[in-house]
Amino acid sequence: MNGQEAGQRIVFEDVSKFYGEVLGVNRVNLSIPAGITSLVGPNGSGKTTLMNLMTGLVRPTRGRITVLGISPDEPERLFQKVGYCTQFDSFPKGLTGYQFLYSYLRVSGRPHLAADRLAGQAIEQVNLVEAAHRRIAGYSKGMRQRIKLAQALCHQPSALVLDEPLNGLDPLIRAETIALFRTLAQEGLHVIISSHVLHEVDAVSDQVVLLSNGYVVAEGQIHGVREEIHEQPMQILIRCNKPGDLASQVFQQDCVVEARIHPDGQGLLVKTRDAGRFYLLLNRIAQGGINIESVAPADDDVLSVYEYLIGTEEPTK
Amino acid sequence: MSTGGLPWALWRAQILAILRLEMKKTFVNRLGVWIYFLALAPVLLYAFHTFVQLRTGRWGNLGEDTHIFASVFQFFFLRLAIFFGCVGIFMNLFRGEVLDKSMHYYFLVPLRREVLVIGKFLSGLLAAMLIFGTSTLLQFVAMYWSFGWNTVQEYLIHGQGAEHLAAYLGVTILACVGYGSVFLGAGLLFRNPLIPTLLILVWEAINGFLPGVLQKISVIFYLKSLCPVGIPEATALNRGSLLALIAVNPTPASPATAILGLLLLSLVLLVLSSVQVRRMQIDYGAD
Repeated sequence: MNGQEAGQRIVFEDVSKFYGEVLGVNRVNLSIPAGITSLVGPNGSGKTTLMNLMTGLVRPTRGRITVLGISPDEPERLFQKVGYCTQFDSFPKGLTGYQFLYSYLRVSGRPHLAADRLAGQAIEQVNLVEAAHRRIAGYSKGMRQRIKLAQALCHQPSALVLDEPLNGLDPLIRAETIALFRTLAQEGLHVIISSHVLHEVDAVSDQVVLLSNGYVVAEGQIHGVREEIHEQPMQILIRCNKPGDLASQVFQQDCVVEARIHPDGQGLLVKTRDAGRFYLLLNRIAQGGINIESVAPADDDVLSVYEYLIGTEEPTK
Repeated sequence: MSTGGLPWALWRAQILAILRLEMKKTFVNRLGVWIYFLALAPVLLYAFHTFVQLRTGRWGNLGEDTHIFASVFQFFFLRLAIFFGCVGIFMNLFRGEVLDKSMHYYFLVPLRREVLVIGKFLSGLLAAMLIFGTSTLLQFVAMYWSFGWNTVQEYLIHGQGAEHLAAYLGVTILACVGYGSVFLGAGLLFRNPLIPTLLILVWEAINGFLPGVLQKISVIFYLKSLCPVGIPEATALNRGSLLALIAVNPTPASPATAILGLLLLSLVLLVLSSVQVRRMQIDYGAD
């Protein structure tokens, strides 16, 4: 990877972190591009450690990290470009939500007017205008989560690191927040989200990093990761008008391991070890009179991949 | 605007922002009542002394009271009140935020950690100077106001009163600088504040018994050299006696050397603190 490319990515090179004798993460090699990247794994798998490492809150025992070309050892440069919404649920005492952001921006060196404007914008972005001048000590968990998110956003960073950012949010705010992440990613930001709730990140992630016990077990675009798991047959759901006929035709093929009619009777669920060959076969069958409405992989979501790779250690669904 | 490649204007703005935030936290949340009590204890003592004089009509003399003031200032105010006051103020600047798990707030700002150390130190210093400087001033007033305005005016203008007051205020400020830097550093190195407090208390107390070189690695050595009035009970004694060793510098430094020495010692401690904060990690679980 050349310097210019590394300057646009978050790069971990053989990074390990031990807390005394306890393993945080081990031998992590990652190169994270722009877009939404989800760190997925159960509690204790190393998600927060990876986030703390990339923001310099903890230092690696071994290895090297750069975030958009900047070492986390230089907070004065790093946090010009990075915003971090931590999992720590504690705040400087006595501050209102607005003061929390305003002080952050002032300590960053922003003049009064700019700090005031940016704090106001961030408060609007997280939909916390009405509570902005109330003390954080009186906030609900969801409001505290949103003001932390506003802190990460308020200085308009190029990379957002968000540790369990959807925790405590009600469904409406959760949907708005996910939409905000999508918008930011479309604007070219790096949005790194950790979660132990798989369905939460499944729909929004451009790429995933699956963690277990401090090790990265898979990384990349979720479809790519799924294709790499050769020992597990791929599941494909075919929606068609004659699932029974289709089943009789595909079942004779040696690339098909299993074929089951979908419980709603409107489709066929096929397990195959060679998706390429199966799609060719399906093209031929389609020409033979069966009306195929849709064909879609049924197990290339994060949950399935996680189950295949890590088995019983699956995070909360 | 930067000078010589360094962003001084940015650092100044950041330090001012830290000061604003920290002063609010310090006076609203951080300072215990006991710090105010320590600072005001000598004021109350002198006020009581004056009250007794007024009630009994037995007036002291200015020279005697000046020596009493010097003794209380050296033995109580410097060695106990400011010492423990600085423990309360400075040791919690970083440690307090680690304990209430809000230290990461500053660590997420695009801010040199060295600037953070200076900002926090100055906020502690401002609070300590305000509390203990006011106390020194009030002590002076409480001690001398019973002598009447004419006598006090004579002492201040034609005697050494103004010079003494300025010196005591200067020593108070330098004590806050010295003990502040010591306890800022101690708060970064030790989880239990009791251990460094006791160690430093003992180190400062035995300063007079130490070899000359080691004496200079203490705050009280420089402060003793700057106190404007000697303690006659101590200076009159054999130089080897316990009281003389505690109160008198066998090899006192000149005022300029003492001020520079103390500032240099504080600077070294602040540099070491900055290095420590630069290496600091957020691991609340371990605390």
